[in-house]
Amino acid sequence: MMTKIAFVRKKEIPPSAPPITEVGLIGWLRQNLFSSWLNSILTILSVYFIVIILWDFIPWAYGGHWNTKSLRECLDLDPDVACFSVLTARWKQLLFGLYPAEEYWRPTLTFIFLLLAIVPILFPKFFRFFWFSIIYPGLAVWLLWGGSFWSISIVYIGLTLGALFFLTLIRRYLKNYMIAAILAFLSTAVFFLFISNPLVGLLNVILPISLPFVESLKMGGFTLSLIVGVTGIVASFPIGILLALGRQSNLPVIKMICVGFIEFIRGVPLITLLFVASVLLNYFLPPGTNFDIVLRVVIMVTLFSAAYMAEVIRGGLAGLPLGQHEASASLGLTYWQSQRLIIMPQALKISIPGIVNTFIGLFKDTTLVSIISLRDPVGLASTIRADQKWNGIYWELYVAIGLMFFIFCWGMSQYSQYLERKLKTDK
Amino acid sequence: MSAPSLPPSESFKLSMLLSDTRYRGMSLQVITFIVFMAVFFWLVDNTIKNLALLDKDVSFNFLWLRAGYDINQRLIPYTSDSTHGMAALVGILNTLLVAFIGCIIATVLGLFVGILRLSKNWIVAKLMSAYIEGFRNVPVLLWIVMVFALLTEFTPAPRAFKGAEPEATMLFFDSVAITNRGTYFPAPVLAEGAYWLLLCFGFSIVASIYFIRYANKKKKDTGKSLPKFWVSSVMIVFPTLILFFAMGQPVSLEYPYLKGFNFKDGIHLRNSFLALTLALAFYTSAFIAEIVRAGIMAVSRGQSEAAASLGLRPNKIMSLIILPQALRIIVPPLISNYLNLTKNSSLAIAVGYMDVRGTLGGITLNQTGRELESMLLLMGFYLAVSLLISSFINYFNRSFQIVVR
Repeated sequence: MMTKIAFVRKKEIPPSAPPITEVGLIGWLRQNLFSSWLNSILTILSVYFIVIILWDFIPWAYGGHWNTKSLRECLDLDPDVACFSVLTARWKQLLFGLYPAEEYWRPTLTFIFLLLAIVPILFPKFFRFFWFSIIYPGLAVWLLWGGSFWSISIVYIGLTLGALFFLTLIRRYLKNYMIAAILAFLSTAVFFLFISNPLVGLLNVILPISLPFVESLKMGGFTLSLIVGVTGIVASFPIGILLALGRQSNLPVIKMICVGFIEFIRGVPLITLLFVASVLLNYFLPPGTNFDIVLRVVIMVTLFSAAYMAEVIRGGLAGLPLGQHEASASLGLTYWQSQRLIIMPQALKISIPGIVNTFIGLFKDTTLVSIISLRDPVGLASTIRADQKWNGIYWELYVAIGLMFFIFCWGMSQYSQYLERKLKTDK
Repeated sequence: MSAPSLPPSESFKLSMLLSDTRYRGMSLQVITFIVFMAVFFWLVDNTIKNLALLDKDVSFNFLWLRAGYDINQRLIPYTSDSTHGMAALVGILNTLLVAFIGCIIATVLGLFVGILRLSKNWIVAKLMSAYIEGFRNVPVLLWIVMVFALLTEFTPAPRAFKGAEPEATMLFFDSVAITNRGTYFPAPVLAEGAYWLLLCFGFSIVASIYFIRYANKKKKDTGKSLPKFWVSSVMIVFPTLILFFAMGQPVSLEYPYLKGFNFKDGIHLRNSFLALTLALAFYTSAFIAEIVRAGIMAVSRGQSEAAASLGLRPNKIMSLIILPQALRIIVPPLISNYLNLTKNSSLAIAVGYMDVRGTLGGITLNQTGRELESMLLLMGFYLAVSLLISSFINYFNRSFQIVVR
């Protein structure tokens, strides 16, 4: 006889709700903040730290004075809060340096155009506006320094003519790229040496467009940081790629020159290079030459970060499996074709974080120009503090300057993370 | 049947120098070399002409002339009567001091922050990433100036320590005084017999190193592990401690004390030194933290899972599996960050710290007017340091990197 089973459950028991300590806010707190006694101590310490900082900072910043005439006045009103009046009084200087006040629209417009010019580079969706990014450097130089419109646009005219000449040669007459390139280069040089000056004179007479000239020493503040930073970033990238390729090259002379250059630049602090630019460069140039200090600084900063860029890209190149080189060679691609189509796209993708870090480093390093007494924001901070009215002010200025740099640099690093996610091919 | 014939051999044409891949590389190199040498000689020629115009020569004799300026922080005897060469040496030592101490602080902080950044504790991880982002995204020059301002403006003057009810008090049982002129620490004073103590200490360290080697060997041979950490710490601490008391405490501390309007005795760390070292250390630690984090994350999860499935305990997994692999990734960029810190120490000028750039590349340069020579020496120094360090990185890479082909 079969044993009688008193009860058999026909339906599955519905899953009971998880314990209240494991879900919702409490669960989250338990898992993330109080999972062990060590974690709990850390959490309490962190919260304590944050509260202490905010306890001091919020009343200080929130109650800050914005409209006093001097630090003295601030201290008389309430010595325990911030005196942001220094920013109200001097923000123009921090942004534009000694740029003539009636011309402030020019750096402002240059900055707005900069934002517009970056868009096609950052987001491929807008690539059809890339022509603006190409025009932008010339436009920026003209807007910032002023002078005749034609003396800047002649550079574009000359380069365009040279490029057209090169293309015509290749399409119609010559098969050899190198000879065509040399011919195009020579003819462009002839254009700039003999034709451009009279042409500019002529255009100036026919259609005079010009802005009042502003000399480099008047540039300052964030305008200067951006001039040096952006030019350095744009110029150091291609130079860095060439240096990296040169370092990997199997042509010993080129390799040696590149290695020597990279190791030298990376071996010395940027300050010494800037000193060379400001003090020593006159020794190395023909007697009597004296060229623009901002240009010198830009060149030095560019060379400096190009060397770092080269090392970053070399890291990316080394990170590629050897098979990629071999496969592209076995497909019959030439050196430049395989670099352009196979190697570089992958190597650059690997090195995005490093490249952007170099850009950020360069932008931060623009503050060093204050040491050769150019008026970048940090240099201006000391100038402002030397003023009797604001003598003794620290944090308000430093916090403001630091915040400006933080926004730019942090923005760059966020973009690099976005780019990494976008270009990720695995998973 | 006719034998397969070779293709007709082309005779050499001049255009093949540029078009034929066999010759193109060579001709490219020759052109580069000529251009390079031309530029080089042009620069040298210009320099010679300029020097002649200014009636100057190139000579390093100024290094043996009287410097005539004081340096407030010196690790070796130096007075204003010493030579420019001595001044440069004092500067070099000051640079190295900042670099050395800065690197130690940066490594400890960076390790700490980097590991906490990976913590599962949400608030700690966020706090650490705020630390990292904050320091990485603001120029180091600004940090140096800010730390300096903090140290000089928000600390009491020495006279605040005066009186029966002083406004400020010394820390740690009246041993450390933080003032706006710098921080004063107790200084060790070596009495007679202290050298025996040092000797003893040195011997204990050597002995403990041998013990660790022995323990490692024993573990390899027999699989039994000895308590390395405890035994070696006892070996290092106790003999010296016993000798210290046995010899009647030959090393004592000299406490700083207030005399007049300033502190006397003890070790005086100037604010310029502190600001530079701390700011550089904080700044670099943010980079090191990211390197540590990346290094630990780069070791694939499978490694720790495999180790766990072999039955290793979590701390053994960390020390035997994760760390050795992570270190291989961490060490090269870590060292290059040390190098960056050393080079960034040339920002000392912002707070008036007399490093090599301040002495050789600053006052000496201005006093003697030897820009070319001073800058050459200065660059040579930095270059030597960095080449030394980068050759060490290369050595490390060669000996520890996984070899592919």
